[in-house]
Amino acid sequence: MLVFIQTIASGILIGGVYALIGLGMTLIMGVMGIINLAHGQLMMVAMYITFVLFTHLGLDPYICIFITMPSLFLLGIVIQKYLLNPLIKVESILPENQVLMTVGIGMVLTEIARFIFTSNYVSIKTPYAAKAIFLKNISLNLPMCIAFLIAVFFTLLLFWFLLKTDTGRAIRATAQDKEAALLMGINTPRITYLTFGIGSALVALAGTILLPIYYLFPDIGGPFTLKAFVITILGGLGSTIGAIVGGVILGIAESLGATYVAMGYREAIGFVIFVLVLIFLPGGLKSITKV
Amino acid sequence: MKSVKIILLAIFFVIFPLIVRSDYYLHLMIIAFMWVTIGTAWNLLAGYTGQVSFGHAIFFGTGAYTAGLLASKLYISAWWGMLLGGPCAMLIAAFVGWVCFRLRGPYFALATLAGGEIIRLVAVNWESLTKGMVGILLMPSFKSKLPYYYIALGIAILAMLKVHLLMRSKYGYWFLAIREDQDAAEAMGINTTLYKNISLLVSAFFTGTAGAFYTNYMGFIDPSVVFSLHYISIMTILVVIVGGVATRFGPAIGAFIMVGVQELFRSSIFGLAPKWVSQAHALVFGIIVVFVIMFMANGVVGDWHKISRVFKRAR
Repeated sequence: MLVFIQTIASGILIGGVYALIGLGMTLIMGVMGIINLAHGQLMMVAMYITFVLFTHLGLDPYICIFITMPSLFLLGIVIQKYLLNPLIKVESILPENQVLMTVGIGMVLTEIARFIFTSNYVSIKTPYAAKAIFLKNISLNLPMCIAFLIAVFFTLLLFWFLLKTDTGRAIRATAQDKEAALLMGINTPRITYLTFGIGSALVALAGTILLPIYYLFPDIGGPFTLKAFVITILGGLGSTIGAIVGGVILGIAESLGATYVAMGYREAIGFVIFVLVLIFLPGGLKSITKV
Repeated sequence: MKSVKIILLAIFFVIFPLIVRSDYYLHLMIIAFMWVTIGTAWNLLAGYTGQVSFGHAIFFGTGAYTAGLLASKLYISAWWGMLLGGPCAMLIAAFVGWVCFRLRGPYFALATLAGGEIIRLVAVNWESLTKGMVGILLMPSFKSKLPYYYIALGIAILAMLKVHLLMRSKYGYWFLAIREDQDAAEAMGINTTLYKNISLLVSAFFTGTAGAFYTNYMGFIDPSVVFSLHYISIMTILVVIVGGVATRFGPAIGAFIMVGVQELFRSSIFGLAPKWVSQAHALVFGIIVVFVIMFMANGVVGDWHKISRVFKRAR
């Protein structure tokens, strides 16, 4: 029983961070109608920035948030403005050009990282990395808890932004109906690259707060792209609430799988959920919650 | 006129190994033929039927492992895999189609991508069957590359011929109708799910056969190669996009270009360039993707008029 509770608890903690990754993807998905397959790779970039700042300047990873988020925000805007938006005008037989483009961008980012940092696994050693909090008999890893709290804080901030500010409303309007939003005087191209920037910033945050827990190598992006994608499908395409619930579910399922099935299948759990969702609940959680 | 050119080209490929005796170039040709087969198969599903798959490694790997397991578990020749690899890939494809054709467009693409990752993880972890990352090692049957050359050429020609005939039959029209407008096709009384599945099955058959050939030729397979997302699934897409989506000879031309470019950079431009060039070959690969999608979305064949215009102006 104790093992079970322990597993659930650590699942929820990692799920909070997954929710951040999924939120970024679902925002981009909602506004542009494409899945960003460079999502995990953007996270990898943020992690390497943090790694360099930590090793060369000795900056604490949690302070690096204020550097990685703005820089990835800018990177996201550049990608959307100069690489993805021009593709809308290119005529081709396959409508998936933008998705393929994100694959290409992801590959370029990974290979640049490999070129600079080689394929070696690196990690950062913080004094609090191995510390744990005890709630009765359950031990919670301290960096995990901090990561979870930061994730919750930024999720709330994002919701405030989407619900209360003008830009947030414009983003939601564009996601609902691009043409109508354009007619209402919203600069939709600007909204698309702003959204891509926000999505990138969110995933940068996730990467930065995960770095004290994870090891880092150039290919780390791929698995996280797939996780984000599973969360997006699980939550329902373009649904923000769904992404949060989906992220937590994925976190719990993964940690249950790692405890009770086999460590090697940890990554596969997400895909099994994915296939089950497609078969039994094609609309994702969105079709139940209606948000 | 066109058929004369094709026959001349065929004759050229048949006598090529008799002129060029270098094993290195024959190897490149064999790999290129393999990609012609896979690219042609993908083109049928994605280019003509409009169902972009990011998971052709599923079928390639299934074919490869069919041949490998026949040899390592049943102790019969891996060449039987050439017969069984295709049907086994079709079996998997039937399941993939059942699940993934519930989705459309980009979502279908991503579902196949996830499918590819699932099967890779299963192959890595099911060690009692597949030996996991250790892989399966076979003794190659022939020392010379000649038999492999003709087999690969044969499969490639067969695949191109089959797709060509299919596209000239009624099925071809149904496939195109589904690509152009699925709802309209459905309204015209076309059973879209059925024909999408047929397209997928044919595509999977040739990809699986190519996979079985790969096992026989290379003599070694492991999940990280034959189920690889980047080196198989994405490479397949690149081959077709570079050559030209939904064109008859696009995949074939794309295969030769991509294998050539890859080898060019892997060998640091024949050893002339400094060594870091070969380290950057994957980076170049990514840059090619970005470049092709930006400027030549319809590939070398599809955008030929654009390319020839540039050359004319230069002259």
